[in-house]
Amino acid sequence: MANTVHIDVVSAEASIFSGEAEFVVAPAGGGEVGIYPNHAPMITNIKPGALRIKQTDVAEETLIFISGGILEVQPGMITVLADTAVRGHDLDEAKAIAAKEAAMEAMKNRNSDMDYAAAQAELAEAVAQIQAIQRLRKSTH
Amino acid sequence: MAGSKEIRTKIKSVENTRKITKAMEMVAASKMRKAQDRMRASRPYAEKIRNVAAHLSFANPEYKHAFLIKRDVVKNIGLIVVSSDKGLCGGLNTNVLRLSVNQMKSWEAEGKKIAVSAIGNKAFGFMNRVSADVKSHIVGIGDVPHLENLIGTIKVMLDAYTNGEIDQLYICYTKFINTMKQEPNLEMLLPLSGEKLGSPNGSWDYIYEPEAQPVVDQLMMRYVESLIYNAVAENMASEQSSRMVAMKSASDNAKNVIGELKLVYNKARQAAITKEISEIVGGAAAVA
Repeated sequence: MANTVHIDVVSAEASIFSGEAEFVVAPAGGGEVGIYPNHAPMITNIKPGALRIKQTDVAEETLIFISGGILEVQPGMITVLADTAVRGHDLDEAKAIAAKEAAMEAMKNRNSDMDYAAAQAELAEAVAQIQAIQRLRKSTH
Repeated sequence: MAGSKEIRTKIKSVENTRKITKAMEMVAASKMRKAQDRMRASRPYAEKIRNVAAHLSFANPEYKHAFLIKRDVVKNIGLIVVSSDKGLCGGLNTNVLRLSVNQMKSWEAEGKKIAVSAIGNKAFGFMNRVSADVKSHIVGIGDVPHLENLIGTIKVMLDAYTNGEIDQLYICYTKFINTMKQEPNLEMLLPLSGEKLGSPNGSWDYIYEPEAQPVVDQLMMRYVESLIYNAVAENMASEQSSRMVAMKSASDNAKNVIGELKLVYNKARQAAITKEISEIVGGAAAVA
């Protein structure tokens, strides 16, 4: 039985890979890192690139492309928290600005202050409708 | 046979409505299964990142991320409201919006300012109509929530928190309990509470590559994003189940209505026949 380490590759949207590995190569922020079992606890960010996993009884290395994220290493376990999208500070910033502008645009043409009375009236009406439907439904049975 | 044609038309139209609601019910049922799977798929990531974040917040007492620091005076509050894009899903959106509005009202009464971020068409439309301060929004997410689309909207709020424009950040969404039960839920996202992170198992420290601070920053950002993503995924599962139940009851109602209309129609038909026979009998008697 060869010496192995458990590796989990997860992203916010799905679990990508889970299994035992003999050797893992990850594209860390400061350059590629190779990790054997019983590595010291380490945490680092990952650049977009290929994650290579050498499994015990598989001759070929498993290749997983990740667009960045965080790598956590413990002696018996490796966790790759992969990003689902290509991320970058500028890219995120641009998205935030776009979202802000869209909101500003939408706010331009409407009246000033939050009208709680109107909001509650509107909701009360919707609730009343739902309740009426439920009552109607009960009475017909 | 007065009115019988109208009744026939009415029956036809209710039957058509029933066909639509039945189809929507089945579509929602199949989408619900997928939405639930996606909701579950996001759990391992949230669990793992929570563990790491918990560990980091304990291992690094000298560097505390802004998300972890509680502010003494809370003047401005951020609220992320998650709703569906489409209607016809029972009381789902109404419940979430009612909870948010009630909460906003009590905050307002305490003299706090509120900034809103709307996820989903219904929340955006509603918040706009009632003139809330909408800082960012996203509509038309579709059936599959992608974190990529949410990043910008979320970042506006997270940046506002880091800059001190808001002192607390809440999220309001529908929690998926089971197919028949979904509950509107209001949670505080920021500052991150220690209890929510929990305590780490073990007391070693990591080797940081290249440095602790940027890694912690990135991790905290991802953690909050994953919480919001999770809320959106739950909201979608809730939406589909809620729609399925609503459409099922609509189909049942239509069935009842059809039954009643058929009864009325047959009575009218019978009355017309009886009338005709008595007229013939009356006419025959007059001739004879």
